[in-house]
Amino acid sequence: MIDKGELWLVMIVLGLGSFGLRFVFTGLIGDRPLPSWILRHLRYTAVAVLPGLVAPLVVWPQATGGAPDAPRLAAALVTITAGVLTRNMLLAIFLGASTLYGGLYLLG
Amino acid sequence: MATETSKSIFWQGVRDGSPFILVIVPFSTLFGVVATEAGLNVFETVAFSFLVIAGAAQFTAIELMRNDAPTLIVMVSALAVNLRMAMYSASLTPYLGEATLAQRAWAAYFTVDQTYACSVLKFDERRDWTIGQRLTYFFGVAAPICPPWYLFTGVGAMIGTAIPEGLALDFAIPITFLALIGPMMRTRAHVAAGFVSVLSALVFAFLPFNLGLLVAGVLGMMTGAQVELIDKRRAERRAA
Repeated sequence: MIDKGELWLVMIVLGLGSFGLRFVFTGLIGDRPLPSWILRHLRYTAVAVLPGLVAPLVVWPQATGGAPDAPRLAAALVTITAGVLTRNMLLAIFLGASTLYGGLYLLG
Repeated sequence: MATETSKSIFWQGVRDGSPFILVIVPFSTLFGVVATEAGLNVFETVAFSFLVIAGAAQFTAIELMRNDAPTLIVMVSALAVNLRMAMYSASLTPYLGEATLAQRAWAAYFTVDQTYACSVLKFDERRDWTIGQRLTYFFGVAAPICPPWYLFTGVGAMIGTAIPEGLALDFAIPITFLALIGPMMRTRAHVAAGFVSVLSALVFAFLPFNLGLLVAGVLGMMTGAQVELIDKRRAERRAA
């Protein structure tokens, strides 16, 4: 069982820490101009972090205990391809989810 | 395009944020269930979501506390999972930097994967927007994302029972993020950054405390910036 004192300590420190991380640049730097090399790197934050966040979830899904799984890999491939080609997020989600459920039905 | 009212921009944000409800509802409900199973009551579970609003970090903290990890390790690991928020903050700075301190503080509190991803995509497209229009859009995106996050954490804590595994809801998160990443692949530099990020995240997955993601983020950003420089020089040489 989790100790209540520890729980609140973790919750408060995490809350303050997460806010600090979110506020560090927007809040403290404000509208002072940033050097161009920093901006050039920052343009790629989203495409550098989000794919890395998703990749392990796709290759080693939690639901299968980390074993690569054909329906999930196919669904991921369909979703990203549809997203790149159509630029339509909802359509990509729909096609990806259809692939996942279709694959789970056929193979599961 | 006709002049946009702040109301229409707010609703544009709400519309762009809404698909994430499909992810937020199962994810936050699941957090509620997991937290209650670990011994938290409904109030503590909802307070956790209010204070932190970061799913991955909340799951990490609960999981480690359940396994009696040292308090310091719990805090450092969960914050490491959230380090990407500093990168989001940095990347939003050119767009939100002119806002007042209080507005920036509120925007910081609501900076999560989904609000960041939608906003940065939109701000890059709509360079003509004023700071007020950008903030309106940002809070519009947050409206269907953050309140349901609190609400369904509470629902999950009250249900307290497991989500049926047959629904494969585990994959709602990867699919939604992938659908979001697709349209971001605008140039060779974006594609190269994404590719390096995926490879490094897998190669460095053995690192503890989610540090692999940080390595992937840094390497991906460096790749994107380098490819952009190379392509720019090549274009200049062709023009010369």
